[in-house]
Amino acid sequence: MQNNDIRRHTIAILVDNEAGVLARVIGLFSGRGYNIESLTVAEVDPREQLSRITIVTSGTMMIIEQIKAQLSRLVPVHKVSDLTLDGPSVSRELALVKVAATGEKRVESLRIADIFRARAVDSTNESFVFEIVGATDKLDAFIRLMEPLGLVDVSRTGVVAIARGPKSL
Amino acid sequence: MTQETMNGAEIVLKALQDQGVEVIFGYPGGAVLPLYDEIFKQNRLRHILVRHEQAALHAAEGYARSTGKVGVVLVTSGPGATNAVTGLLDAMCDSVPIVCLTGQVPTHLIGNDAFQEADTTGITRPCTKHNYLVKDVESLSRVVHEAFYVARTGRPGPVVIDLPKDVLVTRAPYVGSADAAHKSYRPRVKGDASAIEAALTLIAGAKRPIFYTGGGVINSGVKACKLLTQFVHTTGYPCTQTLMGLGGFPGSDPQSLGMVGMHGTYESNMAMHGCDVMICIGARFDDRVTGRLNAFAPHAKKIHIDIDPSSINKNVAVDIAVVGDVGNVLEDMIAGWKARSLRPDAAALKSWWTQIERWRARDCLRFAATDKIIKPQYAIKRLYELTKGRDTYITTEVGQHQMWAAQFFKFEEPFRWMTSGGLGTMGYGLPSAMGVQLAHPDALVIDIAGEASIQMNIQEMSTIAQYRLPVKIFILNNQYMGMVRQWQELLHGGRYSESYCAALPDFVKLAEAYGAVGLKADKPSELDDVINEMIAVDRPVIVDCRVDQAENCFPMIPSGAAHNEMLLGPEDEAEKPISEDGMVLV
Repeated sequence: MQNNDIRRHTIAILVDNEAGVLARVIGLFSGRGYNIESLTVAEVDPREQLSRITIVTSGTMMIIEQIKAQLSRLVPVHKVSDLTLDGPSVSRELALVKVAATGEKRVESLRIADIFRARAVDSTNESFVFEIVGATDKLDAFIRLMEPLGLVDVSRTGVVAIARGPKSL
Repeated sequence: MTQETMNGAEIVLKALQDQGVEVIFGYPGGAVLPLYDEIFKQNRLRHILVRHEQAALHAAEGYARSTGKVGVVLVTSGPGATNAVTGLLDAMCDSVPIVCLTGQVPTHLIGNDAFQEADTTGITRPCTKHNYLVKDVESLSRVVHEAFYVARTGRPGPVVIDLPKDVLVTRAPYVGSADAAHKSYRPRVKGDASAIEAALTLIAGAKRPIFYTGGGVINSGVKACKLLTQFVHTTGYPCTQTLMGLGGFPGSDPQSLGMVGMHGTYESNMAMHGCDVMICIGARFDDRVTGRLNAFAPHAKKIHIDIDPSSINKNVAVDIAVVGDVGNVLEDMIAGWKARSLRPDAAALKSWWTQIERWRARDCLRFAATDKIIKPQYAIKRLYELTKGRDTYITTEVGQHQMWAAQFFKFEEPFRWMTSGGLGTMGYGLPSAMGVQLAHPDALVIDIAGEASIQMNIQEMSTIAQYRLPVKIFILNNQYMGMVRQWQELLHGGRYSESYCAALPDFVKLAEAYGAVGLKADKPSELDDVINEMIAVDRPVIVDCRVDQAENCFPMIPSGAAHNEMLLGPEDEAEKPISEDGMVLV
């Protein structure tokens, strides 16, 4: 508890898919001054009407514990899991990256995309839209490399994550 | 076979009755007319018409906190709902179970900026434990029952149900309360056995222990308060209470050190500072209690028992946490203490008590009484002494009078002390006293007030008159917002910016205007007679008690200071200037 290092944590939250539930979660973060680095949400169990929210946040251990306790206290929240602490997990993010370029820069962007295993999902004579999937830092690196080559637009999903192994949340 | 159906308003009334609701505090308006129509047609539920929606909430809080039941409120859409917000947050901060029904414009108009439309669930989300917008009458009875379950379960709190007008007039079958449990909300009530074991070992090994008990003990119920008393007696350890915890442990018990915190007793705060084991039960290490955090109980191992996991390690990191209902955990602790035949360290405890008695001997609540002018402390002291034998319920407003009431009244039982602790809402006391009086028609209910606070909900004198509630309003009138003036004296060079109460009404005439009795005390020699008359009159009374304008509330931990840096009286003020860090704190 005395650890005052600020660390990044990925938190998965299972909630009732009802009106206002996302506002409750976001309001909790803004109202208490916690930080949201990324947030994704979608329904994952249509029969039980459950949605899964993945939040990447950062703070000291005491703050992270508070965030989890505050989330657990919300009435429509079923489960809260700290994927950073509770054993190994995989996390992925998807980005669509638009590069407008011609000539050598255009060829170079395609070459780098190939190295990163990004796919071109749209192409015109003067642009590409690449789809890239991976860990956050891989996407960051790809986008950085695209910058001098004519990067014009980025759209990212934010992180989704899941624990490794057979157990469910 | 077709099921029998009712309209939404009938469903709400039926659900309230099935929940055992007897009193509902409210104010009508366009969006809730169908509900008022149903109230008109029945006589099982009593509706108390307040004069402002904020007062409905505080009245329901007074009702809830003096009975342990859920308080129920009904207000209309738009301004009705927004006026309720302060009361909702007050109930949230002090963990009071409330169900507040708000009217809403019909579902097809929601989002259209309709007349008296407000985004009530949006506005009240951060100041309720949970809230609902009922868009479908089929779910209405489930939602009402669920709201009561959520309000009273775990750490209690306010729940809002927003009811669009069309839902109130549409028909659906009624579902009884047994079929309506919440699908996932199950707060933990039983404490972890190994944590309790570890806590007991620490408690038994303590050399300088202290129990630090809060409102959670009272919220857990009468049985929990008895168990706390039993455990404190078994151990022989000292026990201090927070503002919210007063009455959870008998105030005149020799093991009680009185209140802890900013205006708590010297012995409580010094014992908190010097203890080696702190047993926090149903309290939350609030900033009014801890003072400067990095100097808070520096030598103590800390045990925290609380039903709300988010209270653990929020402000202060603790060594052992037990999440569970206080009553449940105390029961297990007492059983474990007996089973393991634990004994306190008698020699260490003796010298600890010797030290505490030395602190106690400083007599931190002393004040210089005169026969010329009424000292506010003297007025509260006499009020306590003259009401001692009775079953008295005290509510307060917020400020100096509140702290003096907390210092000088000794509560032997829970549910007798209603004050706005967390939010510090001026105007709480009068409507709260109405709620208390309705729940306890024959009891002596006194709102200890200041002349500034009382004016914040003074319109409720009309409610008091309508329902013939014999509430006593005891105003310590120093013609200042006393606590503001005190801070301006201590922190802002005595520049009393806007804290003087000009153009005060004549409170005696004001009482008479509302059909109540007005009394006035100017001199100490008049005080006892006035208090006795106030008690004897079987009608509402306002006492205008004129007190020393310059008196400050001591002892005091200045903001940004530690427990062992208390100011004991005015003579301490000059010596210890408040740090700049302290000035930014509230």
